[in-house]
Amino acid sequence: MDTQTLIYLFVGASFALYIGIAIWTRAGSTSEYYVASKGVHPVLNGMATGADWMSAASFISMAGIIAFAGYDGSVYLMGWTGGYVLLAMCLAPYLRKFGKFTVPEFVGARYYSQTARVVAVICVIFISFTYVAGQMRGVGIVFSRYLEVDINTGVMIGMAIVFFYSVLGGMKGITYTQVAQYCVMIFAYMVPAIFISMMVTGNPIPQLGFGSEVSGTGQSVLERLNGLGAELGFTPYTDGSKSTTDIFFITMALMVGTAGLPHVIVRFFTTPTVRDARKSAGYALLFIAVLYTTAPAVAAFARTNLLTSVPNTSYEAVPAWFKTWENAGLIAWMDKNSDGVIQYGPGAAFAGKPEFTAERGASGERLLKNAPTPTTTEVYVDNDIMVLANPEIAGLPGWVIALIAAGGLAAALSTAAGLLLVISTSISHDLLKSNLMPNISEKKELLAARVAAGVAVVVAGLFGIYPPAFVAQVVAFAFGLAAASFFPVIVMGIFSKKMNKEGAIAGMLVGLIFTFSYIVYYKFINPTAGPNEWWFGISPEGIGTLGMIFNFIAAVVVSKFTAAPPEHIQHLVEDIRVPRGAGAAIDH
Amino acid sequence: MSASKQEAATAYWKENLRWMLILLVIWFVVSFGFGVLLVDQLNAIQFFGFPLGFWFAQQGSIYVFVLEIFFYVWKMNQLDRKYDVHEE
Repeated sequence: MDTQTLIYLFVGASFALYIGIAIWTRAGSTSEYYVASKGVHPVLNGMATGADWMSAASFISMAGIIAFAGYDGSVYLMGWTGGYVLLAMCLAPYLRKFGKFTVPEFVGARYYSQTARVVAVICVIFISFTYVAGQMRGVGIVFSRYLEVDINTGVMIGMAIVFFYSVLGGMKGITYTQVAQYCVMIFAYMVPAIFISMMVTGNPIPQLGFGSEVSGTGQSVLERLNGLGAELGFTPYTDGSKSTTDIFFITMALMVGTAGLPHVIVRFFTTPTVRDARKSAGYALLFIAVLYTTAPAVAAFARTNLLTSVPNTSYEAVPAWFKTWENAGLIAWMDKNSDGVIQYGPGAAFAGKPEFTAERGASGERLLKNAPTPTTTEVYVDNDIMVLANPEIAGLPGWVIALIAAGGLAAALSTAAGLLLVISTSISHDLLKSNLMPNISEKKELLAARVAAGVAVVVAGLFGIYPPAFVAQVVAFAFGLAAASFFPVIVMGIFSKKMNKEGAIAGMLVGLIFTFSYIVYYKFINPTAGPNEWWFGISPEGIGTLGMIFNFIAAVVVSKFTAAPPEHIQHLVEDIRVPRGAGAAIDH
Repeated sequence: MSASKQEAATAYWKENLRWMLILLVIWFVVSFGFGVLLVDQLNAIQFFGFPLGFWFAQQGSIYVFVLEIFFYVWKMNQLDRKYDVHEE
């Protein structure tokens, strides 16, 4: 069978599986729709959380980003895993004990304020839409790359699938689908990684191969990378080019942001007990760590392959994958000095993403419209190539390529579905049921949740088809705002009995407004400003950390000068601190 | 809640906070300490083919995070029973 047939087969089979699960687990009540009736086993919840969390960006782009950034890429590895420690110890068990459906619901009840709840809903919707826009685009890109349809058709197929299983199944359907998606995704990631590791080092375990010798050179992978890089003028792979302050702040913002993302937090509402909530945070991180410890190894192997086979090679002699991905538009070569040999070094070869003309150059390369830069480097390599091209670089058969296509789609769809559910829940439960139509029946609320999910799918799809130019920049928003708003408010709600409504609202507003303004200023109004103009050298990606600190300070100061929270709130806090009685909290 | 139960709950909370603090210190040291602030000093040490600081930043800190959560789960299950606040 040829590769294209295999891709249709694998992707088709995985979709049939997801839809089958959705029909089998469809939700009949709001409790099933919002939190899967709190009946999800911790191991399964851990897998579902892993799939929910690992997006198309983790699956496809992360290894590539690390391959080009070296040590600087560590911010993503530590930042997107360390948050689970905070979740497990500071949030998950207590929110599970609280026992309701949504994050804004907790904020509203703990701070005895509808205003606080509405502010929280707005944050949830903003953060989740920011995130989901990127996912739908990811679905479209994977479809277009593998199924030979255009991006917009891909987005629409993706919308239809997500619509089907999130609207029908709610949290219950999503959870069990995500379990299947996790398995597809991790298998698809590990198979090529193991083969690449064997090819480069002879060790089948990528995490160990990462530290081994490159076969036949007597040098370890990292020594070789540093050496090859130095010849071409790159900074050493194991050193960074970002300042220590910036690395610190970005890592912290990603960690705290992870712990504050509503679609992650809500997963811990679905376990049967408080014990299980803690345990499932452990399993979630374990399942995530499988991919996150493999990714930097894949990055290093891919970089080694790139640096040994491409620089100073004539275009005629370059490996076949180079030309395959040039034809796909993810690699470009501009022969600036017309010598027919590929020069590769630091910096960009030309301005922007490649725009090809229809013609071929003297060596047979695709010609570009882009304006060349004064640097000597001639090659453009897209981040995504590191994962996508691996099977070909390692000479793996067609079914592995088909597996990667199914894995990339699983990663994008699972994250999109989780986000859409959070959006629909916030609208039907936190806005409609609690504010606008308090007397709505359960049946009608369920219908409203489904309608909201449907509308959210369409809006997300439109973002995917007409991506706002700033999609790449707004990721900083999602994490920064989650770090500066939710995390401090929830933590203080659990760990301080004295924190009151005024303090929490003041803290959220200070954190949000500060972080929002800083990102808008340095991303949109003055985007050329560099580390020298940034406050203390903190980039917009890391500013959420400072926003979080301001949130804490504002909340504590304001709460000192205003009335303590009422008696029953202090009892509520005492109650959520002990596990006993969590079962009783399910039905209300 | 009766007085003795209240006392048990308070003691439980105190011990929980102590363990949490210890684990958060470890969390901070392996990532922000070894992986960020001290990375250059640790990189002088070789560890199974890795400069040690780099290993903590891209591998070690993640392993420690996983172990920490499972330790916390085990410890808290123990404390739940010790102070009789576990779920039935």
